[in-house]
Amino acid sequence: MTNERSHIISAVVLHRPGVLQRVAGLFTRRGFNIDAITVGPSEKDGVARMTIISRGDEKVLEQITKQLNKLIEVIKVRDLDPPSTVLRELCLIKTHASHEKARSEIIQYANIFRGRIIDVSPVNLTIEITGTPEKIDALIDLLQNFGIQEIARTGPTAITRGAKTI
Amino acid sequence: MKGSRAIIQSLTDQGVDVVFGYPGGVLLPLYDEIYDSDLRHILVRHEQCAAHAADGFARASGKVGVCIGTSGPGATNLVTGIATAYMDSSPVVALAGQVASHLIGNDAFQEVDTLGLTMPITKHSFQPMTPTEIPSMIKSAFYIASTGRPGPVVLDLPKDVQEAELEYPDKITIDLPGYKPTKKGHPLQVKRAAEVILNAKKPVILAGGGVILSGSSDEIFKLSELLGAPVTTTLMGKGCFPEDNPLSLGMLGMHGRKVSNFLVDDCDCLVAVGCRFSDRTTGDVSKFAVNAKIIHIDVDPAEIGKNIPVDVPIVGDAKIILSHLIRVISQVESTQKKEWTEHVKQFRSSCLPRLSFDDTPLKPQQVIKEISEAVTDDTILTTDVGQNQMWMAHYFTSRNPRKFISSGGLGTMGFGFPAAMGAKVALPEEDVIAVCGDGGFLMVCQDLATVKEYDIPVVVCVLDNRYLGMVAQWQKLFYQERISHTELGEVPDFVKLAEAFGVNAYRVKKPGEMKETLKEALNSGEPTLIDVIIDPNEILPMVPPGCGLTEMVGEYKVEREVPGEIPYRSSAAERGGD
Ligand SMILES: Cc1ncc(C[n+]2csc(CCOP(=O)(O)OP(=O)(O)O)c2C)c(N)n1
Ligand SMILES: [Mg+2]
Repeated sequence: MTNERSHIISAVVLHRPGVLQRVAGLFTRRGFNIDAITVGPSEKDGVARMTIISRGDEKVLEQITKQLNKLIEVIKVRDLDPPSTVLRELCLIKTHASHEKARSEIIQYANIFRGRIIDVSPVNLTIEITGTPEKIDALIDLLQNFGIQEIARTGPTAITRGAKTI
Repeated sequence: MKGSRAIIQSLTDQGVDVVFGYPGGVLLPLYDEIYDSDLRHILVRHEQCAAHAADGFARASGKVGVCIGTSGPGATNLVTGIATAYMDSSPVVALAGQVASHLIGNDAFQEVDTLGLTMPITKHSFQPMTPTEIPSMIKSAFYIASTGRPGPVVLDLPKDVQEAELEYPDKITIDLPGYKPTKKGHPLQVKRAAEVILNAKKPVILAGGGVILSGSSDEIFKLSELLGAPVTTTLMGKGCFPEDNPLSLGMLGMHGRKVSNFLVDDCDCLVAVGCRFSDRTTGDVSKFAVNAKIIHIDVDPAEIGKNIPVDVPIVGDAKIILSHLIRVISQVESTQKKEWTEHVKQFRSSCLPRLSFDDTPLKPQQVIKEISEAVTDDTILTTDVGQNQMWMAHYFTSRNPRKFISSGGLGTMGFGFPAAMGAKVALPEEDVIAVCGDGGFLMVCQDLATVKEYDIPVVVCVLDNRYLGMVAQWQKLFYQERISHTELGEVPDFVKLAEAFGVNAYRVKKPGEMKETLKEALNSGEPTLIDVIIDPNEILPMVPPGCGLTEMVGEYKVEREVPGEIPYRSSAAERGGD
């Protein structure tokens, strides 16, 4: 497809068992793609906010939002406009760090990326970093040389900039 | 009261007086309550039939149909029926038993993830984990099933929740912040639609099942009258516009009428109402109504632009939107498309399908002609799936909504007979006939026991060609006549089969016999089976998959003797009363 791009879909849903399954099931059944999905409580009791990153052209996106809206437990759906959206992801990275030199280099990189060391052992370090997925990719790239043992990423979550809400 | 009592109370509050079900271990608490209640319970002989019967009940009456199955295999047996209702937007509430809540997830005896299994084939589903949730969940289930675009809703009922105590509330509130179906169409869109229609020279109205669901047959009729525009329908829309009207084109699509397929191809404006442009209706979408501006009215916004690009979308209830549209259009002085109307009428009468054949074995056209002659406008006809269905859709003249019931979207063999059973239970005063294939009927024949035991006098016409005819037709047309596993062989003897259940049965072989036998069966007031021996070689003209609507194959036999002949419809009185 020509105008296929990545979309940030924000959905306000009832915080009930099974909602995630309904949403994920809808995506598989209709052949929509999901790059990432995050969910957690929102500002309102009993209501959760979901952020879904999906690729597709306009027609696919229109179907995604419409089909999501049809789910009884979905209250609101918005395809967020990237320039007026802030998007962040959290990532934990565990790397080998048995040599003193490696250790200090890793800590320096973490500092440059405004990451934090959250766990230390004689043989490894665990770094916490938040940022855009691209920033996280960049740090991961740098750390590859030291030998990454484990990566845990949350997937991006997003919110509109300024006074606007969805 | 107990949860099980609350279930029955909630159903009664929703106006339910009959349910179709089959009990089992985890449903013992519920069935123990049914024992003392006023609820009429019909014990089907297979849960699939409970779901189809509830569906037939819903389609015939417009009310919500209710079916019940136990956990595990009971629930999985319901699945086909639930999916059938989902595809055709039929309001069904399915109650499934579930193992006790503390056992869920343990692979307990007869445990299955009913919610997970039915999620993609339901509009919504509920699982009360405490008895206090029951009243509002059941109320919500009925509200969701019957409003907006209707559809099935599942309630998964753990055994312990049925047994636990609750205080039944005086006032039941439901809270569905994510569910607000649109009713009124956007006035600007209605105005745009009116402009497109008024500017068109060759408009065609395409009416789908949504017209029947929203009860807007009268509005379709008015719009057609106002413009002199012809009306074609999808399979699901059949009956919403009288098919003997000179402006009725009959069904559109793969097995549609020639006049319909050609005029939709020719039109410059298509007013599509309550339909979803399924592949069986459109053929190759890139060749569908290419010269037309398309107006699409539907209550489900997701249907708009899903299969076909649309010029003027209007989301909302078809009845409200059509009335609005008619008001706007009728403010203009001359709305008639006289030249087009004349052309349509002429074309239509030049290619009315031929119905009369005096051959033996019987031609299906002749059988359907005789069925038409034996019924009234109030008779409900259900079909099964296959050639029998498409012959009925193509050749039977339907004149009223909710009188032609068929599994369109899922194409479920075995639907026709139990759906007829449900329709008859809903409307006991009306004659109900199921036209089935021999293959499809055999899938559900055990429910002859139900119609006999409960005295549900439906008439089952088995179009007996000893083939899985529709599949064999494709093999003949597209697979070099390699008839792979579509011959059904000698057995069963359908007359003896019916008799084994104590059901009256006849065999029909020659022209003229069908009409007489069917009248007799309807007048008998008893469940009856008619085994109709038909020509297995008759092929229905069709649009091959991937082709445009005008690229039909197979000879289209037209009525030559009396052009324009419409099958004669006798009244109930002439038939000799009910
Ligand atoms: C449950 C189910 N299984 C298989 C099919 C595929 N199928 C469609 S039509 C057909 C043949 C139906 O044969 P029969 O009931 O004898 O009707 P006929 O076409 O001969 O009128 C089959 C097998 C189906 N639609 N439903
Ligand atoms: Mg057959």
